[in-house]
Amino acid sequence: MPTAEKTLDEILTLAAAHFKVPREKLSPDDDFFKTLGIDSLQALDLLTKLENHFRVELPDYELQGVTDFRTLAGKIQVRL
Amino acid sequence: MKQFQGQTLSWDLKDGIIELTLHREPLNEIGSATLEELEKFVAALDPLSREAHALILYSKLKAGFCAGADLRQLYGWIQEFGQSEVANHAREYLKRIHSVMNALDTAPLTTIAAVHGVTFGGGFELALTCDLIIADKLARFCFPELRLGLIPSFGGIPRLKRDLGNAVVRDLLLTGRSFNTTKAQQIGLVSQVVGEGEVLGAARATARQIGKFDRATAVSAKRFIKPIPLDELRKEIDMFCELLPRPAVQAGLKKFVESTDAQPYLP
Repeated sequence: MPTAEKTLDEILTLAAAHFKVPREKLSPDDDFFKTLGIDSLQALDLLTKLENHFRVELPDYELQGVTDFRTLAGKIQVRL
Repeated sequence: MKQFQGQTLSWDLKDGIIELTLHREPLNEIGSATLEELEKFVAALDPLSREAHALILYSKLKAGFCAGADLRQLYGWIQEFGQSEVANHAREYLKRIHSVMNALDTAPLTTIAAVHGVTFGGGFELALTCDLIIADKLARFCFPELRLGLIPSFGGIPRLKRDLGNAVVRDLLLTGRSFNTTKAQQIGLVSQVVGEGEVLGAARATARQIGKFDRATAVSAKRFIKPIPLDELRKEIDMFCELLPRPAVQAGLKKFVESTDAQPYLP
């Protein structure tokens, strides 16, 4: 099973690639809505990408109030 | 009428395939305008079907297939008719919606919903009227109605139960969660998953394949294997109309209408 740090790193890389933002501009504690410039619809796209990449199902109610990559990674990590 | 260009949708019959394209910004919310044009389509379906073997239902909006019922319109009705009368108005509206959905469900040709992105609520219910669902990798399916104190009312519960069983309906309805195409295909909801932007091409290829078979046999087979759950569809309307006048619903709709988020009932 990957470490939490590896999971977080993969999330940042995937998010940067999907939303075409330089990877170095993303930090674990960033508000991903603001940093990526996305709304909740686009956040669903990110959720799908992450679910497919990590081969997990992450109910969207688990993401209520989650706005930073580190917390998001934690939610995914528990399902690996 | 082989071709139609409307405010909310258009259709075109070519080489035996009808393409019904949704295009009401921002996300094909189904309100009175869409209903009227769907009714026009249903009125034209009989003559169109004589020259067609397949129908593809598709959205040309980038954001997705359809976000569901026009909740701003629904909130407007509560304001206009008040809690005591809104259920009567909604009931008449839902009878028309169900008439359209039932016509699509029983259409005498093979129907394919080619979906991408958000396929939620009434949009999911519209896709469920089709014989097959082909989805792109980013499609997501959801019944978010409970978040507003409501249930799906366009026939989604009986249709999903018919196609996949009660457990899937309970999961979706009682949690309000969305799920992706991987899950959708695993449970048998989605027939094919394709890459982003490829769903219409895949639907057309499937429609061409369907065109190779005897149409009368296909229509008979469909009638045999796809019963319409009329009793449950009527009960769904009854239950929705019972729930609609509740203050919790008005509060949920008000919050939705006043939100500035793209999809305010999502987390």
